[in-house]
Amino acid sequence: MIKLTPRNNQSKILIAITPIIAVLFTMIFGGILFWVLGKNPFEAIKLIFWDPLMSETFSDYARPQILVKASPLILIALGLSVGFKANIWNIGAEGQFIMGALISAGIGLALYPMENRLIFPLMVVCGTLGGTLWALIPAILKSRFNTNEILVSLMLVYIAEQALASASIGILRNPEGSGFPGSRNLNQYPSASNPELIAGSGVHWGVVFSILTVWFFHYLLKNHKFGFQIKLFGDAPRAASFAGLKSNYIILLCFSISGGLAGMAGMFELTGPAGAITIDFNVGYGFTAIIVAFLGRLNPIGILFAGLLMALTYVGGEISQFMLGIPAAAIQVFQGMLLFFLLSIDLIVKFQLSFIRNKHISRKE
Amino acid sequence: MDFASIDPTTVIYNLMIAATPILFAALGELVVEKSGVLNLGVEGMMIMGAICGFAISVETGSSYVGFIAAALGGAILSIIFAIMTQYFLANQVASGLALTLFGLGLAALLGHSYTGQVPPEVSKLSVPVLSSIPIFGKMFFNHDFFVYCSLALVFFIWFFLAKTRLGLIVQAVGENHDSAHAIGYNVTKIRFFSILFGGALAGLGGGYLSLIRVPQWTEGMTAGAGWIALAIVVFSTWQPWRLILGAYIFGGITILQLNLQAIGVNIDVALLSMTPYVVTIVALVLMSVNRSKKSIGAPGSLGKSFIKVL
Amino acid sequence: MKIIKFLSLISLFFVGVMSSVQATELKVGFIYVNPVGENTGWDYQHDQGRKAVENAYGNKVETSYVEAVPEGADAERVMTQMALSGHDMIFATSFGFMDPVMNVAAKFPNVKFEHATGYKRADNVATYSARFYEGRSVIGHIAGRMTKTNTIGYIASYPIPEVIRGINSAYLAAKAVNPNIKFKIVWVFTWFDPAKEADAASTLIDQGADMIMQHTDSTAAMTIAEERGVYAFGQASDMKKFGPRAQLTSIIDDWAPYYVERVGKALDGTWKSEDTWDGLAPGMAAISDFSNEIPETVRKEAQDLHDAIASGTVHSFTGPINKQDGSTWLAAGETADDGTLLGMNFYVEGIDGDIPQ
Repeated sequence: MIKLTPRNNQSKILIAITPIIAVLFTMIFGGILFWVLGKNPFEAIKLIFWDPLMSETFSDYARPQILVKASPLILIALGLSVGFKANIWNIGAEGQFIMGALISAGIGLALYPMENRLIFPLMVVCGTLGGTLWALIPAILKSRFNTNEILVSLMLVYIAEQALASASIGILRNPEGSGFPGSRNLNQYPSASNPELIAGSGVHWGVVFSILTVWFFHYLLKNHKFGFQIKLFGDAPRAASFAGLKSNYIILLCFSISGGLAGMAGMFELTGPAGAITIDFNVGYGFTAIIVAFLGRLNPIGILFAGLLMALTYVGGEISQFMLGIPAAAIQVFQGMLLFFLLSIDLIVKFQLSFIRNKHISRKE
Repeated sequence: MDFASIDPTTVIYNLMIAATPILFAALGELVVEKSGVLNLGVEGMMIMGAICGFAISVETGSSYVGFIAAALGGAILSIIFAIMTQYFLANQVASGLALTLFGLGLAALLGHSYTGQVPPEVSKLSVPVLSSIPIFGKMFFNHDFFVYCSLALVFFIWFFLAKTRLGLIVQAVGENHDSAHAIGYNVTKIRFFSILFGGALAGLGGGYLSLIRVPQWTEGMTAGAGWIALAIVVFSTWQPWRLILGAYIFGGITILQLNLQAIGVNIDVALLSMTPYVVTIVALVLMSVNRSKKSIGAPGSLGKSFIKVL
Repeated sequence: MKIIKFLSLISLFFVGVMSSVQATELKVGFIYVNPVGENTGWDYQHDQGRKAVENAYGNKVETSYVEAVPEGADAERVMTQMALSGHDMIFATSFGFMDPVMNVAAKFPNVKFEHATGYKRADNVATYSARFYEGRSVIGHIAGRMTKTNTIGYIASYPIPEVIRGINSAYLAAKAVNPNIKFKIVWVFTWFDPAKEADAASTLIDQGADMIMQHTDSTAAMTIAEERGVYAFGQASDMKKFGPRAQLTSIIDDWAPYYVERVGKALDGTWKSEDTWDGLAPGMAAISDFSNEIPETVRKEAQDLHDAIASGTVHSFTGPINKQDGSTWLAAGETADDGTLLGMNFYVEGIDGDIPQ
């Protein structure tokens, strides 16, 4: 029988080496999958993991694109991780992402075609607020009535999706868009556009913000008492209340942070890469970010790497599709495997495994 | 507007068929959540059930064998989740989401050669005598076997949870895994099998979709049904009987709005589609305000990993 | 960065297995918004066009595709990478790819882009679409002649001009042969949701429709029509497999001739940016074989109507036509101009209900 003992000090080597083992496992099983599908497994895996980063053809473009694809994931996951540490479960980031985008689009389009430098910053603020307000619904219900926040935040995703659909065929529909659903393209409205900061790279303000936020959270959680409070609240809520921490305050704060960052991510995605509100504007960033938060072990630096790895599989997956004719579904399965292995392997980071011969040993006393 | 052309009998008849896949899946998820596990992979397990059920019934020519395969397909996929969350202690929310991603992809790969095939027909089982009652006969007693089966399962699951020893153990494990463990129950094993049961029922729901409701296989055909099943479990406040109400309201709203549209009523579809979710949230809040009844509400250990520290 | 270092080590082993690059004259890429699927649907039809290009030019042309590409940022990235990997021509097959196409085209002036159903063009961006409404006239005629209940059920996706145009066209043709005709329209607000489309079909049949038309992508409605013993018209692809008895005919999106022609022009250097809106004449919108369930006379009429539209002697929208509110749209003998058709946002007189906003 296997006995688990939580590790007090997680080994740095294990933290670094376990994701590599997981990726290796994925390569083996994914390779088998590609082989079954009649594709060269070595070439497929090379196209997914190597080409976007290193090949002459793709890397110049793909490297910054990985950052662009990863930035909403990282931004949202960072916010979520604070709550997760404190045992507060916001799984509705997808909805907050949508609301952030919708509110900022509403503000931006209401001002169209006025040109003013303040419009974009105003939209950033409104998007962040939109996400925060949407996240505050489960937070207030949780703090006031102790309503389960997992479920309320999830329900609010569905509501936000309906609101998005309604807005894209209704009030936000582009009056010059030949009647197709979807709003005006904000990239063509200079004051509301989230410009490319380095020509040809696609890197926009969202990327800058997400990297700054990684740094900020890293600092905050390590050096500031806030980090300690969050951890205490999550690990030992009783002790936290003795220490004078109000649980309502922590709940509202965690939801505001995660909702705000999700809303901000939605806003940057809208004004930058996406350009316009459409019915399918949300492509699952809010849900994928939950996975990213856990892959990153709720640690800001870890989340940065996890987000980049996820983005790499998206970008590499597309390359492998048109270079090798691998179906999109196979890429999904491959990503699923990667997540399974990465999530499972954490066990040996968190716990010391030891084998006991007598399985009744624990009952003796 | 010609409201007379909406025939309540057929509306209710169609509504029952529309609700059956999500009722199956929700019943499974209810047991899983009662045992303290939140599996967000319902969509993935449903679509695995849809393709396994479809493929096997096309191959064997028997839809009943197909349904068994659907349940197995869902259960086998859920084993991945069970191993990850129960033995590797991976986070349930993240694992469930990954399971959906994996299931959707795998089903699409498996189903590649089955699009365009026709499954064997499932005959209606008219209940003798009862089906000849005017109106009610057609509404309730003229369905296929699996509609009755889903309703019977509601009863059995209620009975199992409320009246059997094993059912009470499952609930105890879900309510507080540490105390359940202290009493000597094997939390991990109970949860493992609850997850498998949930997977099997989600698979059945998927099978119903591909074999009876739509009857065909198409990639991505669940189109969010698994997520609705999750919502219904919450809506039901973890009471098996209320699942029927939840499934029929969620299914019913679609049917109703289609009927209203067909007679020319101008309705706001988005607004109407939101309402069940709003109602669910209100139900959750009311429930948590009214904490005096201790038996209702989310299982205490829902979503938390059980770590056995010796 | 450990992961990356490690990966770089592993990949050293893989460098040797890179496939040999064929010498082709033209590399053509396709991007699809949904998975291609196996038998039917919008994306499947575009992929049939891709295969036709491969067959037509053999080794001279190499094609590739990426499926399930979300519209927006992801589409832009996919097309850029295609361009970087040496594709000379890219077909973007969904309306929502429009702005991404324009952005990528600006960056790669030597790559030729073809965008389906869009309205923005550039020197290296051509657009194309099909006049599916011409096909809808034909099925409207058949439905009007064959219905016993005088009720046609119509499953519509989103309230966009393309869909509204189809409804109007089918209605006018049905009305012309059957003054008592009634259209029941339900909007499902999705292009693809088999369960919902099945529900919509059942609902319409329950409310008396004995002919089902659809402007959604799945084959669910056809299956239900077969099961319930009514007739239906397929959409995008031949759906006969799903309704061997139920399907009277299908409106088929046949992109193959256009794709072959355009790739040919790219090969011989005569390609230039154009806007193509073809209908029944070249067969971009085609009608599949008529079912034997259609009476001989009706089949003949339908074929005549088809031929007349194809030859240009008949236009689907020929006056006198009033709008739903009773105001005059087209005077007697007047035909609709493309501009109005492209932005159509009203029902014609006689259709009940409102277009959802």
